[in-house]
Amino acid sequence: MSGVEALRMEHITKVYPNGVIANQDVTFAVNRGEIHALSGENGAGKSTLMKMLFGEEQPTSGDIYIGGEKSVISSSAAAIRLGIGMVHQHFMLVPSLSVMDNMILGMEPTRGIVINRRLAEQQVKRISEQYNLQVPPHAKIRDLSVGQKQKVEILKALLHGARILILDEPTAVLTPQETRELFRELKILKNDGYTIIFISHKLNEVRELCDRITIIRHGRTMGVYPVSEVSEEEISRLMVGRDVILNIEKTPAKPGEPVLSVRELTVKDSPTHVLVNSVSFCARRGEIFGVAGVEGNGQSELVRVLTRNLDFSGGSVSVLGRDIRTLSIAQLRRLRVSHIPEDRMTIGIAGSLSITENAIADKSADPDFCTRAGLLKRKNIRAYGKKITERYRVLCKSPDVPVSSLSGGNIQKVVLARELSSEPELVIADQPTRGVDVGATEFIHKELIGLRDEGKCVFLVSSDLNELLGLADRLIVLCGGAVAAYFPDTARVSEEDLGRYMLGIDCQTPEQIGGAVK
Amino acid sequence: MNNRKINLLVDSMKLLLILLIALVLVATIIFSVSKEPANALYNFFIGPFLSPRRIGNILEGAFPLMFTSLAVMLIFGAGQFSMIAEGSFFIGSTAAMALSISLGLPAVLHPIVCILGGGAAGALVAAVPALLKRKWQVSEVVTSIMMNYVVQFFAIYLVTYHYREMSSSSLASLKLADTSLLPKLVHGTNIHLGGVLAILLCVFCWFFIYRSKFGFQLRVTGCNPRFAHYVGIRESGVMVGAQLIAGCIAGMGGSVELLGMYNRFKWTASPGYGWTGIVVALLAKDNPLMVPLSACFIAYINTGANIMAMNSDVSSEMAQIIQGVIMLLIASGALLHRWRQKLVVEAAQKEQAQAAAAEAARA
Repeated sequence: MSGVEALRMEHITKVYPNGVIANQDVTFAVNRGEIHALSGENGAGKSTLMKMLFGEEQPTSGDIYIGGEKSVISSSAAAIRLGIGMVHQHFMLVPSLSVMDNMILGMEPTRGIVINRRLAEQQVKRISEQYNLQVPPHAKIRDLSVGQKQKVEILKALLHGARILILDEPTAVLTPQETRELFRELKILKNDGYTIIFISHKLNEVRELCDRITIIRHGRTMGVYPVSEVSEEEISRLMVGRDVILNIEKTPAKPGEPVLSVRELTVKDSPTHVLVNSVSFCARRGEIFGVAGVEGNGQSELVRVLTRNLDFSGGSVSVLGRDIRTLSIAQLRRLRVSHIPEDRMTIGIAGSLSITENAIADKSADPDFCTRAGLLKRKNIRAYGKKITERYRVLCKSPDVPVSSLSGGNIQKVVLARELSSEPELVIADQPTRGVDVGATEFIHKELIGLRDEGKCVFLVSSDLNELLGLADRLIVLCGGAVAAYFPDTARVSEEDLGRYMLGIDCQTPEQIGGAVK
Repeated sequence: MNNRKINLLVDSMKLLLILLIALVLVATIIFSVSKEPANALYNFFIGPFLSPRRIGNILEGAFPLMFTSLAVMLIFGAGQFSMIAEGSFFIGSTAAMALSISLGLPAVLHPIVCILGGGAAGALVAAVPALLKRKWQVSEVVTSIMMNYVVQFFAIYLVTYHYREMSSSSLASLKLADTSLLPKLVHGTNIHLGGVLAILLCVFCWFFIYRSKFGFQLRVTGCNPRFAHYVGIRESGVMVGAQLIAGCIAGMGGSVELLGMYNRFKWTASPGYGWTGIVVALLAKDNPLMVPLSACFIAYINTGANIMAMNSDVSSEMAQIIQGVIMLLIASGALLHRWRQKLVVEAAQKEQAQAAAAEAARA
């Protein structure tokens, strides 16, 4: 390790306009040519710290030094000029433009007033060959896989001259194969003297990839450690402030009667374009039924059908014995079907309303919260809001503050609190722990297993294969909208096996897949 | 100081600052157009308070604005941008005129029937853009504005061809039935019973928005319609419902204005209370209980401008300009935000220090 500091953020304090102290006296330093992990719980202040480094937020006090020089980073354009690049968790790409257009966006080489496309193409080619990051330069972004989009993001940052790369939870959306590839590429960049900041909750990845780790909790630095000298248990204890059980523990499932029965479900968005192709399965009481797949292979359409947000063209779906076509969303919720949406930051909350109001949004007609005359029972509502903020440890000043004033992870907890505390019979959980910290993940896993043990049914879609294999009792793999594999016992499946079916390298026989309807 | 107090302090300072800037601008304009600026300013600012009748003018002018701004608040609260308050108000007074002239009813019943009829007509008109949006996703902004013209010319047609007083040289309806007129409350002014209804409606709307189930669903829908859909609220139903109620309130406002202030229908164009209602609603910041105050403020400016126009060499078009200036200033949300941020940081740090001290004391 060279030991030369690439950047130093010193005594950084950040107070948001709503009074939330996101960072307090944080000092964060990264050496040139190292991969440095930044870990902490949701709401610990990781994103805020990185937003300040990338110029998207301004520190209330404290200094930032880039390459030893004190710098004021007033905008992301300024950050890019200083050689800082950021790969956001949600890609900042224009889906309708080509790879090349996206990469040169903001720094188009010009000839007079027109874009010099030949020069642009040369630049893009050169940089992608130099770092062995292969992407088709003329393909449209919307046609790329998630892994390829990420490569485009990284290349874009490199093309814009970044020497310091910030990667915000880059592996959350990747398959194990893609993750390995990413790690290989990152190590090449590191050997070329690039500095990489790797934000992650996944401790095994931190261990595999990073040199040092900075842990923050409640907006303060808990320490900087060489990764080789701390155990995963120690890291999670520093992050959460208590011991965390990292392994998912559960007893064998006791499947009961069917709750969710799907037969030959087909969804098309045009007469020829099939999104979900003749999918059949049956999820029962007392089990967690998992769905694996690379994103965009029909999982989200499946979930939208099951939550009554999308009509289907063929097959049948019955929920708790009722044909789903005869039910409205409100009726579905009254049957006690909960839905943890993947897109919870946009459809899962009403930002300007309070935590309490968000928590009862689906229950406003419930006799506990509403009189026959249609008036709200405020005392009950307030008590409920207080109860669930405590139970789900939502970090807030009071349950009356607007949800939008919370950190991302805590907003997620509000969604989970609402969905899991309404005594569900069926939980449709779409990426329930994405973007959630270790402590909360542990809690969500326990909740889901607890519901299962009470004889409820959990339908789990997750791209975290470790989680999927740990939680699910049975699972199917979707590839290209169809079931590629069915595993009646997840204990005997490895992540690599799943990966092969997810990528379409292998496919089971119809007889094997047919087992899913049992 | 907690956040709520900081917001209150900054918001009230902001309001004061806006008023101050507005006053300076008004004064500047008056000084530049008037040969007797002192007299004009005096008439504008002090004039409205000089006699009970003029104070009455402020209140009377506030009543119709209270109805329309409540309607605007409900519509905007559901996340819709229908401008139908204007049309609903006008059709409300037209319906009240028709019912007043053609029905023979006893004194107490007659105005009630007229007001309810006006409300129904207002709701009916508001339903058009609402349903077009729901059924075919037609932009309610466009259809409501077009609807306002339809309403205006329909009303004028009705008066001209069916209810016109033939002996009058200007356009006016037949005399309204005495049984239908609203009683005056204060001698020497035109303050009428409709004002009580307006204030009751403000309280009702506050209760409705913040205490009822439908109001809650309305706020959820207005904040994030996709979220409302996801939790099982019939968001399109809520949007239509809010616009119907709003149309009804504006329609009642039109009836009340006609029956309280006039004995004939004399408007030859839509009077614009719906538009001014938007300013009043903005000023009241989503709080129906603030509506009477903000309506009075706008009515005060209108009255002041009228008095100034009568008693000095400045024209009443000034009022329009001043209203515009105030509206622009209200929209400037970021005013004083640095000061707010400074207060917030100080408060947060103090709180932190106190917590640390408490911790130390415990240890």
